[in-house]
Amino acid sequence: MAKGTKLTQSNRAGWAFALPGFGLMVMFIILPFVFAIALSFTNQRLISPNPTKFVGLANYQQLLGLGTITLESERDENGAIVYDEDGEAQFPRLRGYTRNNPDYPRIDGMREWFSWGNDESRTYVLARDVVFMKAIVNTVLFVIVVAPVQAGLALCLALLINQRLRGINVYRAIYFMPVVVSIVVVSLLWRFIYDGNDGLLNNLLSGLTFGAFEGRDWLGSPSTALGSIMVMSIWQAVGFHMVIWLSGLQTISPTLYEAADIEGASKWQTFRYVTWPGLRNTAVLILIVITMQAFALFAQIDVMTNGGPLDSTQTIVFQAVERGYGKQDISGGSAISVILFVIVLTISLIQRYLTREKN
Amino acid sequence: MATVTGDNHRLRLAVRYAVLTLIAIIFIFPLVFMVMSSLKPDQQLLADTGSLRAFLPVGDLSFDNYRDAFQRAPVGLFVFNSMLVTGVTVILSLLICSLAAFSFVFLSWTGKGVVLSIILATLIVPFETIAIPLLLIASKLPWIGFDGLTFGWLNSYRVQIVPFIADGLTIYLFVQYFKDLPGELIEASRVEGASWLQIYRRVVMPLSGPVLATAAILKFLVMYNQYLWPLIVVQQESYRPVMVGLQYFFQLNIAWGEVMAYLSLITIPVLTFYLVLQRAFIASIASTGVKG
Repeated sequence: MAKGTKLTQSNRAGWAFALPGFGLMVMFIILPFVFAIALSFTNQRLISPNPTKFVGLANYQQLLGLGTITLESERDENGAIVYDEDGEAQFPRLRGYTRNNPDYPRIDGMREWFSWGNDESRTYVLARDVVFMKAIVNTVLFVIVVAPVQAGLALCLALLINQRLRGINVYRAIYFMPVVVSIVVVSLLWRFIYDGNDGLLNNLLSGLTFGAFEGRDWLGSPSTALGSIMVMSIWQAVGFHMVIWLSGLQTISPTLYEAADIEGASKWQTFRYVTWPGLRNTAVLILIVITMQAFALFAQIDVMTNGGPLDSTQTIVFQAVERGYGKQDISGGSAISVILFVIVLTISLIQRYLTREKN
Repeated sequence: MATVTGDNHRLRLAVRYAVLTLIAIIFIFPLVFMVMSSLKPDQQLLADTGSLRAFLPVGDLSFDNYRDAFQRAPVGLFVFNSMLVTGVTVILSLLICSLAAFSFVFLSWTGKGVVLSIILATLIVPFETIAIPLLLIASKLPWIGFDGLTFGWLNSYRVQIVPFIADGLTIYLFVQYFKDLPGELIEASRVEGASWLQIYRRVVMPLSGPVLATAAILKFLVMYNQYLWPLIVVQQESYRPVMVGLQYFFQLNIAWGEVMAYLSLITIPVLTFYLVLQRAFIASIASTGVKG
């Protein structure tokens, strides 16, 4: 490619060719992105009779506001702890502190998120928006589990499929198949698998244990709902990353494997000293891509659980859509979008730093 | 001695195939269940989930569910809408993004570096983070059509097409591919007096089959499977795509046979397309991973 020669210097043609694409991207990606930041400091609604006002950090304070309070348990006149009939120590009601209590203006309007303590005192962590806090925790949990497990399984599949066997392409095609199926379709099918009454999973487990396993409602119980969605999401997307690992594997020179073979390296040593170093760039890329995809978790939730049960599957994007679209609160939805973007950016920078090339 | 190692070899081969097949079953069983269930009446469908019959074409089989699905919802319209939106977006995207990439690789102009870095930076902006402000923009945009100047793009085909024509990944794929084309070829045509547009059309495009296939397949997958965006910008039935059309099947009494028939109807075309072009599909995903 010749750069800057007379033959290629052409400002008018250059801009004319690039402008349609760049213009569309400015209009539909960059402008909305800038808008998201700007709107998050206002009280903009989708349709509103009132003019838009600048509200500073109010949206962020509403979403991210946290507080703590430590309460002493109730005592009777002798100074002994009061217990109820269940043997639980009695504490003053939180509402007395978070509802219009002039002594505690910082935690006014907050609700209990979680608490810990003993019979004498309890510390309560309060949040202005408990549902959003749960959404952040769920999303981060989803990413922390899905990113390494999916990347690892995808690598195992890629190693498995990267062998010379008759018909191996058929297997590769099947492993990749769920990737081309819409996540909406996949989510609906898996509702059948996870169903509490006649679900395929319950029937399978009960069959394998000769009836010892008692069926459970996988999506209907707060302890299993998010995990079930993780498993399904990995099932759907793992083929995608298998193919990317595979293309990484195929860039490793066969002469390196021959050399390892001559040196008498074991399978593990070959993997450790030949394959893995050759996959470094692929690994960084895959982790970043999976992390970004995992943070965008939405369709599965919308189709399978709507954020429930008990907010155990609320996610950041689900909250953004529920507010920005469902409640037409564009500014609140935008603030959530900005928070999501900051998290994604931070994590991809950290990943890049941790996996940077030595030297 | 030779027979012992032969048997050993055969055994290991059998184990390998057994492992590969077991994993294949894990990846394929929900899809088999979907297709088989779409052929069964509701009562049998639910009863069969208790056994392997769920995955077998047994019992009272018919296409009744498909007939009923068409009666419940305008399935043909939804499929048409999805095909139209997907087809138009793919074609425009290939054209616009390849033109831009051509300019980045073969032409030099002021501001090129900055523009290209802005485009590549958008790769780390997930669509979900801009969906809400984009909704606000789309609700106010002007459009000149048969009925003169109107404002607001909601409930239309254009709101599903135009925002997705140009994207960083497609431009990046073209840029990577064009970089590997022989530069002398372009210079030679330039010396012969060809215009840039002629070079694009007669020299570069005829050499770009593989990258056009890659970009088309990736765009096709994204567009056909769109869910979040049409969900929030299209309320009118006449513009709905297939994924949003699913809502018709989740009213009070869910007829699961019909749901399975609809899911099969909207999935089988994509799966067929994939199985026919399997190598191209996999190559296109793989090429997104090759860092340049």
